[in-house]
Amino acid sequence: MSTTAPDTATTPGRLVTTLRSSLQQVFVFGALIVVYVFFMFAARGFSDPAILPDILLRSAPIGIMALGATFVIATGGIDLSVGTGLSLCAVMTAYFMGGQFMNLPLALGLLLAILFGGLVGVVNGTNISILGLPPFIATLGMMMVARGLALVISDTKPMQIENPDFKVLSTVQTIPGIPNAALIFLLLTVVAAVLLNKTLLGRYALAIGSNEEATRLSGVNVKKWKILIYMTAGLFMAMGAIIYSARTAVVQPAEGLGLELDVIAAVVIGGTSLAGGRANIIGTFVGALLMKTLLTGLQMMQVNQSWQFVVIGVIVLAAVFADNIRRARAAAA
Amino acid sequence: MRLSTKLLAVPAVLALGLTACSTSSSGGGASTGASSSAAATSVSCDTPSDVKKGDNTKTIYLVSKGFQHRFWQAVKEGAEAAGKDLGYKIEFVGPPSEKDTTVQLDQLETALSSKPAAIGLAALDTNAASDVLKRISDAKIPLIAFDSGVDSDDPLTTVSTDNTAAAGEAAKHMVELTGGKGTVGLVCHDVTSQTGKQRCEGFKSYIAQNAPEIKLLEPLVAPSVEEATGAAKSLIQSNPDIVGIYGTNEASATGAVQAATEVNKADLKVVGFDSGKIQIQAIKDGKQAGAVTQSPVKMGCETVIAAAKAINGDQLPKTIDSGYAWYDKNNIDSAEIKPNLYE
Repeated sequence: MSTTAPDTATTPGRLVTTLRSSLQQVFVFGALIVVYVFFMFAARGFSDPAILPDILLRSAPIGIMALGATFVIATGGIDLSVGTGLSLCAVMTAYFMGGQFMNLPLALGLLLAILFGGLVGVVNGTNISILGLPPFIATLGMMMVARGLALVISDTKPMQIENPDFKVLSTVQTIPGIPNAALIFLLLTVVAAVLLNKTLLGRYALAIGSNEEATRLSGVNVKKWKILIYMTAGLFMAMGAIIYSARTAVVQPAEGLGLELDVIAAVVIGGTSLAGGRANIIGTFVGALLMKTLLTGLQMMQVNQSWQFVVIGVIVLAAVFADNIRRARAAAA
Repeated sequence: MRLSTKLLAVPAVLALGLTACSTSSSGGGASTGASSSAAATSVSCDTPSDVKKGDNTKTIYLVSKGFQHRFWQAVKEGAEAAGKDLGYKIEFVGPPSEKDTTVQLDQLETALSSKPAAIGLAALDTNAASDVLKRISDAKIPLIAFDSGVDSDDPLTTVSTDNTAAAGEAAKHMVELTGGKGTVGLVCHDVTSQTGKQRCEGFKSYIAQNAPEIKLLEPLVAPSVEEATGAAKSLIQSNPDIVGIYGTNEASATGAVQAATEVNKADLKVVGFDSGKIQIQAIKDGKQAGAVTQSPVKMGCETVIAAAKAINGDQLPKTIDSGYAWYDKNNIDSAEIKPNLYE
């Protein structure tokens, strides 16, 4: 019984599960196409082919963080610390690489910044799995800690990263027409998809989300894997922070607050269940893209800011609602 | 391990930096660095000649928000210049940081017990001081609020920046820069706070009244540099005829400059607000047309002038505008502008 537990969670028709998750992909992707085509007619300038790589560039920071958050949400957990964590990682990037601070070379500075993000994740994971704090509380605490540390380390002033190579990570186009940030986002999406679908990390994340107790009883070191999963989210958070600050090479320490909700929205729109056990990386990618397509399109249509919030909110609700109906039908069938 | 030692070093380094900063500034004009004392000597006030002068024995005691920002150093320089003109000694103090509300209250108590001729307060908390303010009024010491008001009737006047008028000044220069024609976009950092609203609306109403040929786009709200960049880029891409973008703070203007750079639109006129290292650099490099800055020097001058008038028993208006100044590549290093810019 105990040895087969993780399998019973995932196998009730592997084919059906695959079909279900690909249906969700089709759904979100369809929504993206509809919205995109709508703006091509409704918003002046939107049909310019340069808009698509631009939207990818704009989605990259949130999207990359959302890729990592997908693993956390797959376990049934949540990470509220990614918004201010982004600020903290960006401040650390500026601290490692900024001229008036440590002034480290690009590669070393980036490595340290990414490791720092991983460390934030490990602390989150430890608080959750060793100290037994609920993910919501543990990451809420980290959200406040990160916010404060970002302000302390930066002395509440904007920081600049003068290293000219830093901008290579954002708007510079190694492949003509595609900003490097967009390319990195695509590449990391592939990496995350492989991690989720082909490695133990992804499988255990889903298994923990389906039935944590059964997973533990089947001999999986749930505590260790949870720490690793939150660490993964932290690593992706740091990469998102680096891409975020590379566009202008300016880091403003107080501005990440609230981004955690964008990240969670992207994951949820993509069809990953907040209850855990079901996750979809391509969905997350498309979810982030959909949100920034809406933002860009509505801005280009000159829609008032307050209405932009309303529209994006309705899309989030519609995505989750459609997903619920589909699951109810699948359960009834 | 290495990482954590470095992290531990961070607050220590910062603390050192702060201490260095506050000692140099509290030491007064004489002990500040060469560059800032040079600036101090060039600071002057438009002191009105009809104010009765003091005899250099009385003190005007100013309690500021501290010396963390260059802004307050400039206020102090202005106050000292006006004090010299009007024949008053100036005592200028402030807490170590803008979170130290209780330290500021202690300093206000000290000010009261030293029985100065007048007291000025830039309150960190609009309510916390009300008890001390009452006692200052009872002691018949004239009280002037500066930078921000307090929820109390005790101050005779409030000297602060009129953000609406300052935004109008930015709009005036936008009209000049664009010849009063074409499409102009707005990137506002915030439309819910009082300051943010005034900076956005002040620009809009000036354009509506004075430049009917300018087509003003719906303001986009962007609280961060990253968001401002994306928003400004949307404005440019959907309006090929766009000639200018106004950003309501350093981050919004910086985002607009970045967006213009990304689409190679070098002729776009970006007008900003406030100063700050990054914005100052963009203006020097010619990527940004200019910006409106608050005038901390004038704030210092006006506060002392108002105090002197109050000591003489003159009537004061309820509010006094401490002014603002337009700066661009041409006047950024001038004697009138330089003391007002802070990094």
